[in-house]
Amino acid sequence: MDWLINAGSTGHKFVLMFVAIMLFVVVMGAILLAVDRPKRVPGWVVAAAFLGPTVIGLGFGLVYPGLRTVWGSLLDSKGKDYVGLENYVRVFSEDQFQTVLRNTLMWVILVPLLATLIGLVYAVLVDRTRFEYLAKTLIFLPMAISMVGAGIIWKFVYEFRPDQPGVNQIGILNQLLVWLGLPPQQFLLSEPANTLFLIAVMIWIQTGFAMTVLSAAIKAIPDDIVEAARLDGLHGTKMFRFITVPSIRPALVVVVTTIAMGTLKVFDIVRTMTGGNFGTSVVANEFYVQSFRIRDLGLGAALAVILFVLVIPLVIYNVRQLRIAEEIR
Amino acid sequence: MTAAIPSTALVDSDATAKGRTGRLGRMDQRAGIARARLARPWTSLLAVVLAILWTIPTFGLLLTSFRPRSEIRTSGWWTFLQNPETTLDNYTEVLFGSGTQFSTFFVNSVVITIPAVVIPISLALLAAYAFAWIDFKGRNILFVAVFALQVVPIQVTLIPLLTQYVQWGLSGSFWTIWLSHSIFALPLAIFLLHNFMKDIPKSLVEAARVDGAGHVTIFFRVLLPLLTPAIASFAIFQFLWVWNDLLVALTFAGGSPDVAPLTVRVAELAGTRGAQWHVLSAGAFIAMIVPLVVFLMLQRFFVRGLLAGSVKG
Repeated sequence: MDWLINAGSTGHKFVLMFVAIMLFVVVMGAILLAVDRPKRVPGWVVAAAFLGPTVIGLGFGLVYPGLRTVWGSLLDSKGKDYVGLENYVRVFSEDQFQTVLRNTLMWVILVPLLATLIGLVYAVLVDRTRFEYLAKTLIFLPMAISMVGAGIIWKFVYEFRPDQPGVNQIGILNQLLVWLGLPPQQFLLSEPANTLFLIAVMIWIQTGFAMTVLSAAIKAIPDDIVEAARLDGLHGTKMFRFITVPSIRPALVVVVTTIAMGTLKVFDIVRTMTGGNFGTSVVANEFYVQSFRIRDLGLGAALAVILFVLVIPLVIYNVRQLRIAEEIR
Repeated sequence: MTAAIPSTALVDSDATAKGRTGRLGRMDQRAGIARARLARPWTSLLAVVLAILWTIPTFGLLLTSFRPRSEIRTSGWWTFLQNPETTLDNYTEVLFGSGTQFSTFFVNSVVITIPAVVIPISLALLAAYAFAWIDFKGRNILFVAVFALQVVPIQVTLIPLLTQYVQWGLSGSFWTIWLSHSIFALPLAIFLLHNFMKDIPKSLVEAARVDGAGHVTIFFRVLLPLLTPAIASFAIFQFLWVWNDLLVALTFAGGSPDVAPLTVRVAELAGTRGAQWHVLSAGAFIAMIVPLVVFLMLQRFFVRGLLAGSVKG
């Protein structure tokens, strides 16, 4: 048993990985072989075989823990005694958490709007240009980088060295300030501007996503509409405002809400760059701090539930917009 | 530029042939075309500036990772041309140094990622097939329920899952991470693959059924080959997501060198050795190289998955 759980050496790890995959293949194969007799096996048995592992997994890994956490948010810090809504009252009244909520609000408003705006403008700018492919790849590239990696990349951009003779800046942003004759700044320490500098990182990552989806939507606008508008004398910004934007409205909604959902749950950037100190924490990071470092289980659960509640309206709005778009089609 | 010229020329000749002036006078129209041509270089310039702005942060850190330690500390990477000195020491130290042990964590990342991509995709394929092609009671309700589970943020599930894993004696092993990633991926995977599966013509499946093929045969012989692009695009998605994940790994693996992936190690270094840029820069790029290569090679599929995922659902 221990051999299956603790793997120390590299070889052992790979063997274990292979064993895990084989185990999965054998179990699934056995289930499938058992039901693959046409006509003799009733439909619901086949469905149960195909769906069983998924339903069990989702029940164990999402449904039960979700309900358990909702309940846990009503318990005390040890997860034992019922305290009602006390954890929620704390989150919405204590100063420390006010900052967290304020920051989360800033993130969830600024990131989707700016990322979508820049992505849209960029998609229009490079549309049908000769370097479109390369330009898009460059903007899109941060999507492949982990948020931890992105955090480090930008920590370096913001790196600060005290302004003394003989000391050179090694962060590009402070060097630019020095070249302009301004004093270098502690970008990540000064509240509340530091939150904006963290938000910039998320915008940097998400713009590529917005650009890709919106670019596809722009290319899908029928040529005759564009041509007719051009005959009517629409050019440049007017074309953008009256033809491009209204035509891709459904895609815009999807992009904004998708990025907002992702932004709400993000904690890697904050954790890597400031650790949530200096007034930069957000709900997702505070959840981690409360649950795993401070070990206030009730408060951690309440924060997770708040996150959950914040995501729901975004998803509902998104689905409803899609319905409308599909009906039109 | 190349595409813009023929279309404006077409408009021009069209207008003269029919003797139509439209809402704009001829002169105005000419001015409009001229303005569009003039505007093009400016917009191109803006596009180039944005692309450079987007690339500089990554480029700066990449260049830094190849500079000697003493140089990194005393001068910015943009002075590189004045003093072009490169070294692989940073990478050697990070990969094999006892203080950083990146090679071990790299292995962990690989071992975590492969099953966490293969298992959920297989399960999701079976489930999507059942939802698309098998008739059973309560199918629609169950499908909506699975779809709705996308709402649940991972954070909500972590503590109860951890408690459960500890009870089973699995905590701190690969199993917890494989299992968690597999489950978390299922709702989106099922939804996407179901969308693709629904697009396959019904007659194809029915023809196979008439020939006496069972569900398993239909699934492997008829549907699987047609679904390869969809599977590839979701596989890349899931690969990037698992490889780049921090939260799940941090929760279930902690910082243990036996299990924890690269992201956890890099995040740790950023906390404890925040000023040591020679270690951090090289470390960040070791963690990035695999997803970047996968991304650049398979960008087409990735984009397709992205578009299916966001535009459809």
